[in-house]
Order: sequence, then structure tokens, then C-alpha cells
Amino acid sequence: MADNGVITDDGVDTSRRKFLTTATVATGVVGTAFVLVPFIQSWKPSERARALGAPTELDLTKLEPGQMTIVTWRKQQIYVVKRTPEMVASLATDEARLKDPKSEKSEQPEYAKNEQRSVRPDVLVLIGVCTHLGCLPKSRFEPGTADMGTDWPGGFFCPCHGSKFDLAGRVFEGSPASVNLRVPPYSFEQDSKLVVGVDASEKGAA
Amino acid sequence: MAQPASKVGTPNSGVAVAPKKGLRAWFQKRLPVDEFVEDQLTGYYAPKNFNFWYYFGVLSLVVLVLQLVTGIFLTMFYKVGEATAFDSVEFIMREVEWGWLIRYLHSTGASAFFVVVYLHMFRALLYGSYKAPRELLWLFGMAIYLALMAEAFMGYVLPWGNMSFWGAQVIVNLFGTIPAIGPGLVEWIRGDYGIADATLNRFFALHVVAIPLALLLLVTLHLVALRRVGSSNPDGIEIKEKLAANGKPVDGIPFHPYYTLKDLVGVGVFFILFSIIVFFVPTLGGLFLEAPNFEPANPLSTPEHIAPVWYFTPYYAILRAVPDQQLGALLMFASVALFLFLPWLDRSPVKSMRYRGWMSRTALAVFTVSFIVLMYLGLQPAEGLYVLLARIFTVLYFAFFLLMPIYTRIERVKPVPERVTYHAHA
Repeated sequence: MADNGVITDDGVDTSRRKFLTTATVATGVVGTAFVLVPFIQSWKPSERARALGAPTELDLTKLEPGQMTIVTWRKQQIYVVKRTPEMVASLATDEARLKDPKSEKSEQPEYAKNEQRSVRPDVLVLIGVCTHLGCLPKSRFEPGTADMGTDWPGGFFCPCHGSKFDLAGRVFEGSPASVNLRVPPYSFEQDSKLVVGVDASEKGAA
Repeated sequence: MAQPASKVGTPNSGVAVAPKKGLRAWFQKRLPVDEFVEDQLTGYYAPKNFNFWYYFGVLSLVVLVLQLVTGIFLTMFYKVGEATAFDSVEFIMREVEWGWLIRYLHSTGASAFFVVVYLHMFRALLYGSYKAPRELLWLFGMAIYLALMAEAFMGYVLPWGNMSFWGAQVIVNLFGTIPAIGPGLVEWIRGDYGIADATLNRFFALHVVAIPLALLLLVTLHLVALRRVGSSNPDGIEIKEKLAANGKPVDGIPFHPYYTLKDLVGVGVFFILFSIIVFFVPTLGGLFLEAPNFEPANPLSTPEHIAPVWYFTPYYAILRAVPDQQLGALLMFASVALFLFLPWLDRSPVKSMRYRGWMSRTALAVFTVSFIVLMYLGLQPAEGLYVLLARIFTVLYFAFFLLMPIYTRIERVKPVPERVTYHAHA
């Protein structure tokens, strides 16, 4: 630097300066990225929220054929329906009107990826959250009612945006939802106790 | 860009020569007070032909201040938390002295904010205020609008009424439609397996701290950019291109005192209308505050019919008009995002609708009608004729933007006058 107080670039090793600048910026960027991690992670479900997401049990002997009950698991409504043989039979007839009859695009455990979307034909277990935008679908089990149309086989209807699902939670054509209602992981303990949140595969044969 | 040539203290500026003694001189020596007033108010020349549509910018600023003040007071009584939020809002309404007034000012202020912002944006469409050189000004404005939407949505969740809960459920789940990362993203936003205490708490933090700070920064940038390029006007003429001998635009007048005084009248009229709503119809028949929100949040019971507050319903109608959910969410985001591209979609050689051809005028009329009809449809259940209408008006909505590069280029425009159209009062 000249002694007249004017800063000049004379005698500056520019390649050294460039290296130091790049190295400083790179260190800063990497450091910032690492510091961001705890802040982003803090938004994930807390230990407490995860502990409260433990499995839920239900005694199936209290449920009559044709009835539905709701249990809560991880703050979601779990619909449990004891299907009558007629309800199960209705599933075979309406395949052409379904968006995803084979549940290829839908979310369910492997053991529920069948026509009935269940482990046992008589017990239907669904997450009662519309796959459109998360409203609660209502049960409309009576077939052919005035408001649902004469060809209505019975199923679920979402009052928010009008999505319709059959008695296996499969979505009908013309609904805003594009996939079937989700099936949670579940299994049976003995024959009469349903455990939502524990996979059937983890328990051996279901 | 011609900048005003005069500086503080020169004979041509509106500022008196600063005194060398006294309190004002003491401050002036330590803070550029006179320069600030000169740059922002007395030396800032705005076009002299502003009309009714130019009230809504300053009104947005007035409502922002109203929301900040009432919001600060509400946080003094509001108790965030699943178990306490709803009760604390009822406490404000029934037991805090004048609490009902402060809350209704804030809830009505939220709707008023969107009223003035929508009219402010319509002004930009009408007179081409987004066109060069005001692209960045428009983008800052759009960023304010987006921040405002986030602010309003999160604010609506805080009372933890049933519509708060289910509205949050529907909006947060929209992010679940993003392929691959969607479900994980939704869980991250909620901080739980459903909309819960954790969600409410972070929305509170964002609503009262993070987004207001972002809004203030964006408003500052919006105003700084406005001072740089200058206001547009109903004729769409750049007044800086015709300067008088003193270096000021011949068609401009100092913002202060001319427009500050004029705007005060507008603010007065605004507060008369605003007060009528606050004092007589604070819920505006369910439009400003929905009936299900007077019940506490209940994860076991969906309201009969979920509709967002009126200012979101055009986009909500577009979302519901599409039978496929991913495409619906995509179109909804696109319907907002398209505004960002307006400065580049518009190829017209003139700015103002006054000098554009019938195609631009028709397109704007069709768009305005579509926006209002979609707003109405978003409040109605998604069934039958409503869905069909929503689809038709969604197509018209998008046609306004997507066909703009064509119709603005091929239409015949009228010659733009040299000077602004202005009639002095007799």
C-alpha cells in the first residue's frame, strides 16, 4: 500500500486473494447448511407426539354386522366396519365405475391390497380421512337412496367436495379424490381383538 | 431515468433552507430528516391525474398499521395452545374491556386488507401499472400478496374454531399432493400426525413474528421501488419524460401536501365504511367470520361444508373444479403464480386500457367477471351446476393470462397523448 493513504491493487497476490475469498465463502455456506439442520428438524413430530402415536386396540365382539365404529390412532379417525355378506358381495359388481379397482395407486399395507382391501372380508379398517383434502367421509351404507342415486351400492361420501367411495374405500369415477381411502397397518389378536398400528406381517400369520 | 436535479436548500426545491440552530438543526446534523422528507414526500412528484383507483395503495398501508396495532393488543390476551386458544378468544370477546372491538377491528381488517389489495391490483391491470419499468415494483407487490395470504390463513387458524381446524387440514394437505415428498412434508408442517397443538404453536409464531417482519420488509422494498420508477397513471404516460425548467415533471405535483391531503379524505371514507361493518355486521353474514368457527375445533366432526374465507374462494373454486386432485392443486397454485408473469405476458405497446383495443378490454372484463364468479362458486358446495360453472370460468380465468401475448400484440391501439388527460376543477 502506498503511504499517501490511497488503497491500490499494486503488489496484491490476486490468485491468493481469490482462493481465500472462495474458501471463506465455501466454509460459510457449508456451515450455514449444517446450522439449518436443527431448525428444520425441530418441526418434525416431537418425541411426545411420536409416543402418543402408539397402537390402538378394539374389541370386535361389540360390533354387529353392518355396523361401523370409529377409533382414534395418531389423531386420525379409523373406521372399522363389520361387513355383512351382502356388503362384501356388492364390491364385485361395480368395478367399471372405480378409479383404482385393484388399488394399484392407493396406499395400503400389502396384506390389504386385494378386492376387499382387508385381511378378513368381514372386517374393513380404513383411515377415515378423505384422500382428496382430508375431510371426514360419512358412512352411507344403505344402497340406492334418493340422495346418492339408485345405482349407489353403499359406501362412503365426503361432504366437503363430494368424493364417493365403495364399501372397501375404493373411489368412484367422477370424484375429486384420485386414490382409494388409505388402510392403516393393523392386525388381529386372537379373533376378536383388532390392533391398529401393528402390522399383520410383524405378528406372523394374520 | 431523469432524477430531480435539485438538492435540499436549493431555490428550486420545496424545502426551506434548514436553520443552523435549534432542535431541528440538532437532529438534521445527526439524521438526514430533511433529505428523507424531500426524497419521499415533498420532492417526490406524482402524476396530477390520479383518480379513484389510486386510493387503494395508501389504504393498504393504513390497514397494515391497523392490523399491527390491533394484533399486538390481541396477543396480550390470546393464549396459544390446543386447550386454551378457543377459550382465550371468547375471553377477549366477553371479558376483556373493549376486547370485542379490538378483535372485530382485526378480523374485519383482514378482509378489508384483501378488499383494498384486490382493488389495488385491479388498478394495475386497468392501467398497465405492472409494465416496464415497473416489473420489480409489481413483483414486490405480488410477494406482499403471497405473504398476506399466508398471514391470513395462519391467522384464521389461531382462534381454534372448527373451521380453523378443518381449513388448516385442507390447506396443509394440499402440500401432500406434491409427488414423492408430499406426505413427509405435510407431517413436517404439522409437527404431528394430525393438525395439533404443535401446528397451532408454529402458526402463531409465523403469524405474529415471522410474516409481519417479512411484510414490513417487502412493503419497504415496494415503496423504495415506487420512488425509483414513479407512479403510473390512468393514461399510462411516463411523466418523467416531460420535465419543466426546475427538473420536475410538468404533469407531476409533489406527493406532499397534494396527495397526502387527498388520501386523508379517502382514508376517512374508508373508515366510515369499515366502522359500519365492525359495529353492525362484524361477521358479514358468515363471509368475514364463518359460523362453524364459533364452535371449538373438533377433529371428530367436519363442518357440513368447508369453505375458506371469501378472499381465497376463487382459487378454491379452481381447485375443486378439476376432477384430478394433483392437477387441481397444480392449477390452483398456477392461478396465483400467473400474476407474477404479467409484465412479460403483456406485449401491448400501450399501458392504459384507455388506449387499448377491444380485445384487451374484453379480456379484462371477462377475467374480472370470472374472478368474481369463481369467488362466489368457491363459497358454494361442489355439486351439479356449480362444478360445471367453475370449470367454464376456470378456463376463462386461464385464457386471460395464456392468450395475453397474442391479443395484446395483434389488436389495434389508439395513439397515446403527449400529456396526461387532466381537467382542473372549476
